[in-house]
Amino acid sequence: MAEAQSTSGYLQIKNITKKFGEFTALDNISLDIHEGEFICFLGPSGCGKTTFLRAIAGLDIQTHGVIEQSGKDISTLPPSERDFGIVFQSYALFPNLKVRRNIAFGLENRGVSTPDINARVTELLELVGLPDQGDKFPAQLSGGQQQRIALARAIATKPGLLLLDEPLSALDAKVRVHLRHEIKELQANLGITTIMVTHDQEEALTMADRIVVMNHGVIDQVGTPIEIYTEPATAFVADFIGKMNFLPGQVAQSGHVKIGDISLAADTQGYAQGDEITVAVRPENIIVLEGTDKPENTVRVVVKAMEFLGSFYRATLISPKMGNVEFGADFSINMTRRTNIKLGDEVKIILPSERILVYPKGVKNG
Amino acid sequence: MADISSHSSQSLPIVKQKIGRDDWTMRAFMVVIAIYLVVALALPLYVMMSKSFETYRFELDRFEIQVDKGDGWSDVTTVAALNQQVNAIGADELATSSDGRLGITKLFPDFSFRSKTNYRLRNIAGSDAVFLIGSERVAHNEWVKLSSNDFRRVVLRPSPSTGFDNFRTYFSTPALFNSVYNSLAIAFIVTVITVSLAFAFAYALNRSCMRYKGVFRLIAMAPLLVPSLLPGIALVYLFGNQGMLKELMFGYSIYGPIGIIIGSVFFTFPHAMIIINTSLALSDARLYEAATSLRTPRFKIFRLITIPGARYGLISAAFVVFNLVITDFGLPKVIGGQFNVLAVDIYKQVIGQQNFQMGAVVSVVLLIPALIAFSVDRYIQKKQVALLSSRSVTYQPSPSKIFDRQMFAYCTVISLIIVTILAVCQYAALIKFWPYDLSLSLSNYAFDLMDGGGWDSYRNSIKLALLTAMFGTIVVFTGAYMVEKARGFENGRTVFQLLAMMPMAIPGMVLGLAYIFFFNNPANPFNFIYATMAILVVSTVTHFYTVSHLTAVTALKQMDNEFESVGASLKQPFYKVMGLVTVPVCLPAILDIWMYLFVNAMTTVSAVVFLYSSDTTLASVAVLNMDDAGDVAPAAAMGMMIFYTNVGARILHAGLSRLLLKKTQAWRMR
Repeated sequence: MAEAQSTSGYLQIKNITKKFGEFTALDNISLDIHEGEFICFLGPSGCGKTTFLRAIAGLDIQTHGVIEQSGKDISTLPPSERDFGIVFQSYALFPNLKVRRNIAFGLENRGVSTPDINARVTELLELVGLPDQGDKFPAQLSGGQQQRIALARAIATKPGLLLLDEPLSALDAKVRVHLRHEIKELQANLGITTIMVTHDQEEALTMADRIVVMNHGVIDQVGTPIEIYTEPATAFVADFIGKMNFLPGQVAQSGHVKIGDISLAADTQGYAQGDEITVAVRPENIIVLEGTDKPENTVRVVVKAMEFLGSFYRATLISPKMGNVEFGADFSINMTRRTNIKLGDEVKIILPSERILVYPKGVKNG
Repeated sequence: MADISSHSSQSLPIVKQKIGRDDWTMRAFMVVIAIYLVVALALPLYVMMSKSFETYRFELDRFEIQVDKGDGWSDVTTVAALNQQVNAIGADELATSSDGRLGITKLFPDFSFRSKTNYRLRNIAGSDAVFLIGSERVAHNEWVKLSSNDFRRVVLRPSPSTGFDNFRTYFSTPALFNSVYNSLAIAFIVTVITVSLAFAFAYALNRSCMRYKGVFRLIAMAPLLVPSLLPGIALVYLFGNQGMLKELMFGYSIYGPIGIIIGSVFFTFPHAMIIINTSLALSDARLYEAATSLRTPRFKIFRLITIPGARYGLISAAFVVFNLVITDFGLPKVIGGQFNVLAVDIYKQVIGQQNFQMGAVVSVVLLIPALIAFSVDRYIQKKQVALLSSRSVTYQPSPSKIFDRQMFAYCTVISLIIVTILAVCQYAALIKFWPYDLSLSLSNYAFDLMDGGGWDSYRNSIKLALLTAMFGTIVVFTGAYMVEKARGFENGRTVFQLLAMMPMAIPGMVLGLAYIFFFNNPANPFNFIYATMAILVVSTVTHFYTVSHLTAVTALKQMDNEFESVGASLKQPFYKVMGLVTVPVCLPAILDIWMYLFVNAMTTVSAVVFLYSSDTTLASVAVLNMDDAGDVAPAAAMGMMIFYTNVGARILHAGLSRLLLKKTQAWRMR
């Protein structure tokens, strides 16, 4: 949240609240977005991310709060007086207009001459890689192509802000991965400030400069993909992005946590000795001890299950000394071959202290 | 986060969006159409309701009288006191209508207009108690001196008051009150028969592999194209006193409940068929596959899957039919004989007896069942929508020789009956003089020689239908567009939706009568449209508003909601998206609305029967009036003219649709 206090933002959102009757969809949200940034609003359905985007667009206006775009207060402006282009999940391409006319739509009646409009449309068609699809109707294009046309239409008028509302979720997996790159590249080339709403963490991690993780109408964390992944600010973020094991424990002393009878070195942050906490560690951060040396945070566990997931195994581990809590660990194919770990084996694992996170008590494995 | 969230958001100012030019324009359009609905529907109804509570009575104690028989003026006495002495005017004579006039010479048994006796009369209640001398109205409170000759020309006028007297009279007059039973009974019987017949027909269309389904469907729709009273005329020719098949009646008379029931089944059949057909078409094939794989017997599948799947359609059809029958006026007028029903009572009270207050009372009574049927139907429709959205697999019937033949036979019988009724009308129209001179002739088409307005009424009807369709389609679609697409303004939109749903619940007769009360009032600024084509157009558009509105809303709801958002983000005015995208995409629905309004304007009788003038006679009303005057064959001829016009319009509509769709809906082809 520290980011939000900076002053040089292109889009400054201050204390936005949105209520639908008694229900609070956005609860006092503040956020600062820099010029040229690619921002993702990420969260489960119902977290308020689309509501937030629609408030920024002026499509569903906030109940309280201020939005400033390049220094100008746009809080009360209707959408038609704001400066943005938008792509919806449904694309909302005009079905009865040909592709060229769809893209030209925003350029008409603006004092732009017809040859200029045509030139711009051709340029945009090339930009999105569909130079010879202009004379088709939207329904004659594939989903991915329609998506690109919608993008071209949105940026045709060179808006200062591009809003993408789940633009990829209607596409099948392969097209989605491909378009992820294209959109990101296009955005970087144009340098247009972009906000994308998504519930797909992979999409957010690969595309965003910064991710805004939302839950129940509030922002849980704002940060770069790496920050969000490695230092999730809340248990929700930790759980929502990537895979996370949550184990009930206590603070043994400053710098040490206890799970069952096992004591582990960890950053205990602000917690005091004896506090009940939740200890979190990602499956891929669990290391199998192969040598004979005995580094800190080594635990003896039993492999209770092993699930083959293609490039790695997801193993379920259990340790009587840790109170028989089950937790997952990702074993690479190479390592598994090398060590010949099988179901039922007893192995030693390391829970690296710098990878252990601590959250308030009561968080369950999601 | 916690410290920020703890701020109380209650104390913060609520952000109000600046209303853009588009928003203002859209709201303005919506308000204009809402005002149209208020003026054309809500206000007339309100005036009619209040009329039903208005009673007129001669208030004798509001007049004072003196007599001079040559020996000076007698003591001042009220007319009421005088009447008490001589008992000349009974209490039942005092209750009257707004047009009531009461002579008072009978208060003086020895009255003679030649005598020298002089009278003085004055009212003591101001303009609430008025008397006339001949046609001169006296509203002041001064004494008026009258010679015997003048006194015989004096009549008292009644004073208005509000109360339940009209209703009391209504419910204590068996002749009036019996109509409630009659109407309910007829509507109930017709509902049962029509829904059963229509269900079997729709079942055959959906679940059999019989041939000529398209032909059957077309024939089943034919009754929509004629006025409801036309089957009445056919029944007269078939089963009337000189009917072709009179023997089949076994001595019973077709004039009365039997005729009303048969005719009503005829004209309500397509309505029920369409609704049930839709609900059957929606049922999920997977259920049938599952049942068949479990070896469920056919009748059990029917009972456990088919009927429950179609239940909303069945209930909805039942209420629609009930509503149509109970509010129908034309058919019972033609074939009802002495059998009174509510809708005809309104006509009789208003046109026959000029008792507008009692007409209003019957209207209020008729509104109750119509409102109930309407509300239940709306409730059911909402449920049906929920079914629609589920993803089901369409049922594909498999051929079965016996079953298909049975269904084919059934549909043939029903279709033959429908065709026969229409054919009889056409035959009747071409026969010189049934049953004495069976030579063919066009003499029955010489409408100009008959009552009812002649060929002009046919031309007027076409004019009305065209104006209604054009004006109505624009109003309805614009209204639906604004209410669906405007942003914000929730309260306004709720009110609008409510107004748009109202016309469906209002029987045509009630609407027509309400228009008389409302627009005939000289104080009404819209009085100028009374007795013009305009009032006919307004009443017809209003009468058929709801179905058109729902068609438009359904079409609009199928469009992506974000078109308008995209348009706004691209800084284009709303009318550009509307004109370039919404209207072209909705064109099929718009054409359907146009056609619906045209056909109904051609066939409607109920609302316009009170509103036409000698310059604006209508074909459908001419059928009624010619039948009333005994010119039954010309009535049939005119009825068939309406039928052919509607058929022609349909064909034109189909051709035009295809042409337009080719142009504007090219995008639908992949």
